[in-house]
Amino acid sequence: MKAKIIITLKNGVLDPQGKAIEGALKGLGFDGVSDVRQGKEIELKLDETDEAAARAKAEEMCKKLLANPVMENYAIEIMA
Amino acid sequence: MKPAVIVFPASNCDRDIAVALEKATGKAPAMVWHGDASLPAETDFIVLPGGFSYGDYLRSGAMAAKSPIMRDVIEKAKAGTPVIGVCNGFQILCETGLLPGALMRNAGLNFVCRTVTLEVENSQSMFTSAFEKGQYVDFPVAHHDGNYFADDETLDRLEGEGRVAFRYVDNPNGSARDIAGVLGDGGNVLGLMPHPERMISPLLGGIDGAAFFRGVVDAAA
Repeated sequence: MKAKIIITLKNGVLDPQGKAIEGALKGLGFDGVSDVRQGKEIELKLDETDEAAARAKAEEMCKKLLANPVMENYAIEIMA
Repeated sequence: MKPAVIVFPASNCDRDIAVALEKATGKAPAMVWHGDASLPAETDFIVLPGGFSYGDYLRSGAMAAKSPIMRDVIEKAKAGTPVIGVCNGFQILCETGLLPGALMRNAGLNFVCRTVTLEVENSQSMFTSAFEKGQYVDFPVAHHDGNYFADDETLDRLEGEGRVAFRYVDNPNGSARDIAGVLGDGGNVLGLMPHPERMISPLLGGIDGAAFFRGVVDAAA
């Protein structure tokens, strides 16, 4: 199975990179853009065949390494 | 004192720390590779140096915090062995959970590399007893991810418990409440972004760092 993990900064955590991207978009003439937030996406393959087991494993990976709970949230998508 | 300096892939201040420790103790510290399973048994002082361990991949310090040697570092820290993390070392200590909070991208997005003035906020700790509370010291910073972040409740607790060791006089990176260095809850772990090891000789621009290391060594003796 494949897991796609989306990691985002928690609400209220300053995201200077998002701010810089927003500034660059505005510089290119894109009006009406606000609240740009940058995150990351991690894709991985798992030997699991059971979706619940794959999700549990991905969850453990997020807790132990992939995300930092001090400032990040994560969402897990499991695909066949 | 039998200090050990942990060397991670892409540590780049390990030698500077070793020189500063040797100057303060008269003896070269043990240099311990991150892949080793344990520290020398006699180790009674641990330093995590600055650098860009694992290329800052994923998050600064995230991968280094899971290195084999860190299991022993964490165990010793919890048993009371003094541990200092400078710059990348501070990031690693936060990633292990030995220190609260996290170091995020600098608010101004720039890599900041200059000497900054710090105010000693707590002079009662074993790491800062050489200084007076309110004293100013000059240490260089050199980092991209030095923006200290923790939620308000954690920051209130740190301040209430006297665990802010140093504050920036002129905040270079957006750190919450100008925090430059924090102490762990047992008082035996210190993380700081500025580099005291780069201020140990007039040739380097000052000696505040030499006073820092001498104070630490005296307190640990």
